Amino acid sequence: MNDQPASNRESGRAIGQRVDLQLIARMIEPGARVLDVGCGDGALLRHLVEHRGVDGRGIEISQAGVNACVRNGLSVVQGDADTDLEDYPDHAFDYVVLSLTLQATHNPRLVLLELVRIGRRAIVSFPNFGYWRCRLQLALGGRMPVTDTLSNPWFATPNIHFCTISDFLELCREEGIAVERGVALRHDGAAVGFWPGRFLPNMFGEQGVFMLSRRG
Amino acid sequence: MESGEATRPRGRLYSGGPIRHEPSVVLGHDRPLKLASGVELGPFTVAFQTYGRLNDERSNVVLVCHALTGDQYLAGSHPVTGRPGWWDNTVGPGRPLDTDRFHVLCANVLGGCMGSTGPTEIDPATGKPYGMSFPLITVADMVDAQARLLDHLGIGQVLAVVGGSMGGMQVLDWARRYPERVFSAIPIACSARHTAQNIAFNEVGRRAIMTDPDWHDGNYLLYGTRPSQGLAVARMAAHITYLSDTALHRKFGRGLQDREHVTYGFEADFQVESYLRHQGQSFVERFDANSYLYITRAMDYFDIAAECGGSLQAAFVDTPVRYCLISFTSDWLFPTAESRDIVHALNANAANVSFVEIETDKGHDSFLLDVPEFNAILSGFLDGVARHRGLDGP
Repeated sequence: MNDQPASNRESGRAIGQRVDLQLIARMIEPGARVLDVGCGDGALLRHLVEHRGVDGRGIEISQAGVNACVRNGLSVVQGDADTDLEDYPDHAFDYVVLSLTLQATHNPRLVLLELVRIGRRAIVSFPNFGYWRCRLQLALGGRMPVTDTLSNPWFATPNIHFCTISDFLELCREEGIAVERGVALRHDGAAVGFWPGRFLPNMFGEQGVFMLSRRG
Repeated sequence: MESGEATRPRGRLYSGGPIRHEPSVVLGHDRPLKLASGVELGPFTVAFQTYGRLNDERSNVVLVCHALTGDQYLAGSHPVTGRPGWWDNTVGPGRPLDTDRFHVLCANVLGGCMGSTGPTEIDPATGKPYGMSFPLITVADMVDAQARLLDHLGIGQVLAVVGGSMGGMQVLDWARRYPERVFSAIPIACSARHTAQNIAFNEVGRRAIMTDPDWHDGNYLLYGTRPSQGLAVARMAAHITYLSDTALHRKFGRGLQDREHVTYGFEADFQVESYLRHQGQSFVERFDANSYLYITRAMDYFDIAAECGGSLQAAFVDTPVRYCLISFTSDWLFPTAESRDIVHALNANAANVSFVEIETDKGHDSFLLDVPEFNAILSGFLDGVARHRGLDGP
C-alpha cells in the first residue's frame, strides 16, 4: 500500500488549487450521477458530493487512493480504467469524469469509447503535449519535457500515451465522438479560445478539458 | 411485531453448568419459519445481544452477522469462556461500531449453540434434543430468522448490516432479499458462493466429527458423551485455513515447545502443534459438534447466483443498498477475487459500491484482529452512511 495514486492527483491537494477540477465541477449540474474514473484521493468527488449534491462514485487503481476515499465516506472501488469499465451498463451515469488519467491508460481509444458509452456525457482532461513549453524543451533542449502537469522524468512517469489537443480532437472525430465543449487552460489557469482554430489552444494550453458524448 | 411471542429464560448445558443466553425470544408460534428445505420450523428461539442505545426513530441499528464459530457476544465478557467477545476491539464507545452512536445488534444464528434454536435444543415434539433430526438450514434461513427478530423488536430498516466470512454471506443475502430493510451492507472476507475448496475443508471437519465413536450418530447428548476429539480435529484443520503461511511462520516458525530438541516421537514438539491442539481443546469447551455440522453445511449450500438463474448480476438488479466490500490480501480461504466478482456484479447494476482490499499478512481472520486500516475503513464508511441517513455526528 505504499504506492501513490497513479492518476496525477497529488494526495491531500484541495480542488481549490486545481483549475481543471474547478472547471469540471462547474460543468456538472447539481444532483447528477457521476462516475470519476481515476479519482485519486477523491478531492473532486468529495467536492462534487459536498457542494454540488451529486450521486458520486469513483474508480481508482491505487489501493492507497481507494482507502483514503472510503475512509472519507466516498463510494469508490479499486479498479483499472483499462479493464473494469466494461462492467458498467450503458448510460449508467450522467457524467463520467477522467481527469489527467487518459495519458496513463494502456488503450486510450477504448477507454474513451467506454466513457461515452457509460455516461451520457464524458468529461476528459489531459496534459497537452503540444504546449509550447513541451515543444521548446524537446525542440531546443533536446530533452523530454517536464512541466507542472507532466512532473515526472521519462523513466518514472506513469504516463505512456501522450497526445496533443489536436491529436485528441482528431481521435474523437475518427471515433464518432462529439465534442460538446472544449477548453484549453493556460499555465495561469486562464482559458485559451478555440477561435479561429486549434492552433492557439494547442500551442498555449497546458492542458485540455473536453466534454464529450457519443454521436447519434 | 409477531403476536403471542414472549421472552422467556433459556438454559443450556455447557462446561458443567447451565448458562442462560439472555435476552432471547421465542418466535413463529403462529407463523413457522419456512426453511429452504421445505421444512417448517416453529416455534423457534433467537438469542441476541445489543450494545448502545436505540434512538427514538429506531434508525441507528447496526446488525452484525457472526461467522461459523462466532456468536452474539460481540463485546464485553463472554458468559461461557469468560474472555472478551469476538469483536471486542471493533464494538464499543469510540470504536468503529461506535456504541455512543449506534445500536449494535447481533443474534445467534439458527442452528447455533448459544441459545438460538439448533440441534442441541429440545425438540418440543419429542422432548429430546433435536440431534440429527434437526432440519438442514441455509444462510437464507438464518437471515429469515433475524428478520423475524427485527419484526419482533419493531425495527424496520437497519442502518447497516455487517459481517465477515459466513457473516458476510448473511450480509449479501440480507441485501439481496431484503433490500428495503438494509440501508447499507458491509460484506467482509466472503464470497457469493462457497468454492470447492471451501466445501472440501468443511467436509474434512465434518468427517472428523462423524467418525468419532462418541458422536453416536449425532445422539451423543442421550449417551452422555461428546465427540470432543473429532470436533477438536475439525477446529484444528479449519483454524489453519483462517491464518496465512506468513502469519504462522512469523508466530511460530519451527520453534520447539518447551524443549531444546525434537523428541523423536509424536508429542507436540513444535510450537505450532501445541498451538493448534490448544485451539482445538478450547473450542470444544464452547461449541457443539452438531451445530458445527449444520452450520458448515449451510455455508456449503450458499450460492447466490444459483438462486438467480446462474447470474450474480441478476441478484442485485436495481439494488438501492450502499455496499462496502472488504477483503484481505493474505486471505486464501475467501480470496480477494471472490469479493471482486461481487463488485463486478454490482457495477454491472451501477450500484453504489465501495471495495477495499486491506494489505495484511494475518489471513482470513484479519477481520477479527486489530488491523488499523480495516478499522479506519469501517469507521469511515459507517460515518458516511450515517450522514446520508441523516443521523447526527458522534
